[in-house]
Amino acid sequence: MDALNALVALTNFVIVPAVAYGSQLALGALGVTLVYGILRFSNFAHGDTMAFGAMIVVLVTWGLQGAGVSIDPLPTALLAIPFGILGTIVLVLITDRLVYRFYRAQKAKPVILVIVSMGVMFIMNGIVRFIIGPGDQRFADGERFIVSARDFKEWSGLAEPLAIRTTQGITVVTAVIVVALLFWFLGRTRTGKSMRAYSDNEDLALLSGINPERVVMVTWIIVAALATIAGTLYGLDKSFKPFVYFQLLLPIFASAIVGGLGNPLGAIAGGYLIAFAEVAITYPLKKVLGYLLPESLAPDGLVQLLSTDYKFAVSFVILLIVLLFKPTGLFDGRAH
Amino acid sequence: MSDPYGDRGNKDRSITKGGSSTLQAGRYSGQPGPAASDEPFLIGSAMTGGYGKGPDILHDCTIAVEKGEIAVIVGPNGAGKSTAMKAVFGMLDLRGGDVRLDGESIASLSPQARVVKGMGFVPQTQNIFTTMTVEENLEMGAFIRKDDFRGTMEQVYDLFPILKEKRRQKAGELSGGQRQQVAVGRALMTRPKVLMLDEPTAGVSPIVMDELFDRIIEVARTGIPILMVEQNARQALEIADKGYVLVQGCNAHSGTGQDLLADPEVRRSFLGG
Repeated sequence: MDALNALVALTNFVIVPAVAYGSQLALGALGVTLVYGILRFSNFAHGDTMAFGAMIVVLVTWGLQGAGVSIDPLPTALLAIPFGILGTIVLVLITDRLVYRFYRAQKAKPVILVIVSMGVMFIMNGIVRFIIGPGDQRFADGERFIVSARDFKEWSGLAEPLAIRTTQGITVVTAVIVVALLFWFLGRTRTGKSMRAYSDNEDLALLSGINPERVVMVTWIIVAALATIAGTLYGLDKSFKPFVYFQLLLPIFASAIVGGLGNPLGAIAGGYLIAFAEVAITYPLKKVLGYLLPESLAPDGLVQLLSTDYKFAVSFVILLIVLLFKPTGLFDGRAH
Repeated sequence: MSDPYGDRGNKDRSITKGGSSTLQAGRYSGQPGPAASDEPFLIGSAMTGGYGKGPDILHDCTIAVEKGEIAVIVGPNGAGKSTAMKAVFGMLDLRGGDVRLDGESIASLSPQARVVKGMGFVPQTQNIFTTMTVEENLEMGAFIRKDDFRGTMEQVYDLFPILKEKRRQKAGELSGGQRQQVAVGRALMTRPKVLMLDEPTAGVSPIVMDELFDRIIEVARTGIPILMVEQNARQALEIADKGYVLVQGCNAHSGTGQDLLADPEVRRSFLGG
C-alpha cells in the first residue's frame, strides 16, 4: 500500500505535470529547431511569437465567451486556436518580408540573423504588452478536472490523491496529434521533403529546382502554428502572462539544443528531459520517501533539491552538461 | 589573442547552422555569338572570365560536347578545369565568349535556369542529401518535374542496381563510390539533355574508380552526352571521345582521347611519360 501511495504521489506531483510541461516545451522546441534547420539561425523571438499567438487566442476566446459560444466541457480556447494561428502566420510572414528577407538577400551571416531575431523579439514583446497589457490573464473555462482528487481517493481507497486537469490532458493529446502531423508532413509530402532537402544541402536543393522563398514561407507558417499551439496550451495550463513566455525561451532552447538543434525528434526528447528534470528536482520528495523508507529513516526536511525559484537553473545546467560532453546534442542534430 | 572581429560567432553551432548557400550565379557581360550550323550540342566557346571582380581565370577557353559522346577536361592542378565547367554551368562571371546549348545561347541564365533547360550538374563535393534516403534523393532530383517520374527512377535503379538495394537507407551512410552513384542518379532524374560531372572519382579507391567509369560509359550509352572534369587523366582519356587539356585557363591541347594519349607532348608534360 505504501509503495502504491508513493507511486500515486509521484505521479500526481511529478509525472503528470512534467508530461504536460514537457509537451509544451517540445512544441516550442520544434518551432525553434525548424527555424534553425531551414533558416540557419536560432530564433530568439520564438517565445514572444508564442506569446503573440496565445494573446490572439485569449482575445478571441473572450469574444467567443462574450457571445455565449461554448464547447463545454472543453475549454473555449480550443475553438479560438485557428484564429490565433492565422494571426500569427500574418505576423511572422510580415516580419519575414520586412526584416529577415532583407538579410537573406544580403546573404548576411547567420549570427547577424540571431541578433536581428533579438530585435524582433523586443518588438513582438512590446506589441503583446501594448495590446493585452503585462498582467496575468485567465481564459480557461470548461470542466476543470478529468480525474479529481476526491473521486480518485474514493475510487482507489488510497491516502494519496491523484488529480489530472483537463488542460493537462488536452495538452498531451494535442501535442501527440500535432507532432504526428508534423512528422507525416516532413516525411511523406513533397513540400515537407523539399524542406528537409533545403535544410540538408542548400546548394543542391537550389540545383534541384527547390524554391528557397517557398520553403522559407512554409517553414514560417508551420512555426507560427506550432508557436500558437504551444503558447495556448501553456497559457491554459498555467495562465497567460507575456513575460512568462520570454522566460520560457531558456527551457525551450535548452530542449532544442539538448536534443540536437535541427533534429525534430531531438527537440521532443529534449522537451521531456528538461521538463522532467525541472519538475523532479524542484519537487519536495519528503512525502514519497516517507512512504518508501522505514520510519526510522524518514526524512525530516522537505528533501527538495532546489527551490522552485531556481527552476531555470536546471535547464541551464543540463544544457551545459550536454554541451560539454556531446556538443551536437543527444540526437546529433548536425553531424552529417 | 583571438581576433575580436573574426568569424567565431558564425561557427557557434548552438546558435547558427553552417552550410548556407555558396551557389552564386555568374554575371554575363559578353556578346552571344550566332550558332554555327554544325556546332556541338553543348559548347562553351572562347570563354573568358573569373569569379566576381577577381582576375580572369579562363582565357579564350573552348569546351564542347557532342551528342552521345563523353568529353573530358584534364590538366594539371590549378589549370582551371573545374572553373571551366562552372563557367559552362553559369557559376562564373563571363566577360567574353558564349555558352550555347542546342544552338541556343544560355550564357545569361542562372545555374537553376540551366537545370530547367536540360543541364544536369553533379558537384564535386556535397552532391547528395546525406540525411535523406537514397529514394528521397532521387525524388528531390526530380523536383522540377510535374509528370510521373517513376519510370526514370526505374532506369536509374537499372543503371545502379546497388541503389535499388539501398533505397531505404540514408544516403550519408553509404560508401564513397555509392554516394557518387546517388549523386549521378539524382542528376539523371531530371532527364537531362547533357550531364556534367565535376571529378566524379575524387577520393574513391582505384577499384571503385574503374567501376564508376564503367557506369559513366553506360550512362553515355543511353544517349546522354557527358562533360566531365577528371584528375585521373589517363583513365579518363581512355574512355573519352573528346579530351581537352587545359593549362592556366587556356586550351593547351584538344583532340580525341586516343590522340591525346598518343601525343608525345601531352604524355611528357603531364601524363608522366
